[in-house]
Amino acid sequence: MKSHDLIIIGGGPAGLAAALSARRAGVQDVLILERDHVLGGILNQCIHNGFGLHTFKEELTGPEYAARFIAQVKEENIPYRLGATVISISREKLVTYVSREDGLVQVQAKALILAMGCRERPRGALNIPGSRPAGIFSAGTAQRLMNIEGYQVGKEVVILGSGDIGLIMARRMTLEGAKVKVVAELMPYSGGLKRNIVQCLDDFGIPLKLSHTVVEIHGKERLTGITLAQVDENRRPIAGTEEYYACDTLLLSVGLLPENELTRALDVTMSRVTNGPEVDDRLQTDCEGVFACGNVLHVHDLVDYVSEEAALAGKNAAAYILTQQTAGKTVPITADGGVRYTVPQKLDPENMADSVTIRFRVADVYRDRYICVYCNGERIRRIKKRVLAPGEMEQVILKKSELKQPLASIRICTEVE
Amino acid sequence: MRELTCIGCPLGCSLRVFEEDGNLRVEGNTCPRGETYAKNEVLCPKRTVTSTVAIRGGTVNRLSVRTQTDIPKDRIFACMEEIKAISVDAPVMIGDVVLPDVAGTGVALIATKNVPKE
Repeated sequence: MKSHDLIIIGGGPAGLAAALSARRAGVQDVLILERDHVLGGILNQCIHNGFGLHTFKEELTGPEYAARFIAQVKEENIPYRLGATVISISREKLVTYVSREDGLVQVQAKALILAMGCRERPRGALNIPGSRPAGIFSAGTAQRLMNIEGYQVGKEVVILGSGDIGLIMARRMTLEGAKVKVVAELMPYSGGLKRNIVQCLDDFGIPLKLSHTVVEIHGKERLTGITLAQVDENRRPIAGTEEYYACDTLLLSVGLLPENELTRALDVTMSRVTNGPEVDDRLQTDCEGVFACGNVLHVHDLVDYVSEEAALAGKNAAAYILTQQTAGKTVPITADGGVRYTVPQKLDPENMADSVTIRFRVADVYRDRYICVYCNGERIRRIKKRVLAPGEMEQVILKKSELKQPLASIRICTEVE
Repeated sequence: MRELTCIGCPLGCSLRVFEEDGNLRVEGNTCPRGETYAKNEVLCPKRTVTSTVAIRGGTVNRLSVRTQTDIPKDRIFACMEEIKAISVDAPVMIGDVVLPDVAGTGVALIATKNVPKE
């Protein structure tokens, strides 16, 4: 059986950045396993601009952003296998993958980085009544059909969910000559980035209907229309508010789910909020030597943060391989008062880096609040925020020097004046 | 007064633009880019257009493209008409000029994907 120091599962933005960082930290023997026939992951179909403002200080499209990382991976001669689908991983870091060229292969690693990304929440998860005609797509599927395969997808479109992919597709389909009639969002706020609402909806006069959902699907062979209704504060449709929209296409942009089927076999602690594994400040799961980064860990809005997080996972995996650094005693980071979760979920106060970035999302849209950090019950940080929204990931950077020792607890919350 | 959401970066600052004695004054921005964006958005709004064009003889059927810089917002659909009408031959590299002057804007349309010959 072949063995490698580090195997990275997934050759998207997280996997690429993790591989580069691990190699630069001194690990020679790295292997990336990618199931698609190209590297770059979802960036390949994200042809819109807005990527790389933090990483490269310029605005790139998805394929351009991916190409910069792919070029570096090739320069560093980091080996990768394409068309290689990992079918299982074990706590002993035995990786099994299948590919047309190699067949069924088992490889042993000293450390693993999980970088499998996420996938879209499907129609089946929404319980929308009605028949099952053609013309109902997840937004990302439509994006792939349009941008990679070159299909028009639809002419009269309704979009359910105001996630970023749905917003991007509203603009994309409008540019390609489709009429996007409405974007409906179940929640009273949009799940997408503000800039996408401005650039993708406002620019083209596409209405965004908050607190609305699809209550009926019409059509037998092909979709002929949908019924939209307003929902109350418990997200239940309000009788009498139904409105019919004729359309041949319904796009669903209703959330992304980290793809952790492989992870489950490791029997690590999973977060019920992020749907990803729980990790410490080194982005290590509670299976020693297995690290996670990118959308498989928690769904991000910006690829720049994925690259940054993945670079940290790569560096720490390298330290694990080269110095046999083992996990120390950790302190949990509690999220409450409007903070839904944090990544990492725990921190090793003794062995932590000088500064650790804690990323999190809030539960609702809040105005004029403070993000507060408590350490052993004492407030050590209070950051004023004019606006906080669930669709925009927040972060605080904790410095080792400001944490009280011995550290017993860390709590991150929002507070009003 | 006009209210805008800055799109210069993901922060999305809420901007207010006031016209005072023929001058524009911007509030709510947290960096100089916000002020520039707000003034431009009022005087001459611009956008980068991204799309795909047909490509022959390559490993894929579509080549992703973008305008090299922003173009005036009211030229977006004229730009799309030209994009739909053209096709190119592989190989193409990122940054290759697909159209030197798209829709009379003086801005080039460039490739955003490397497509080798099949």
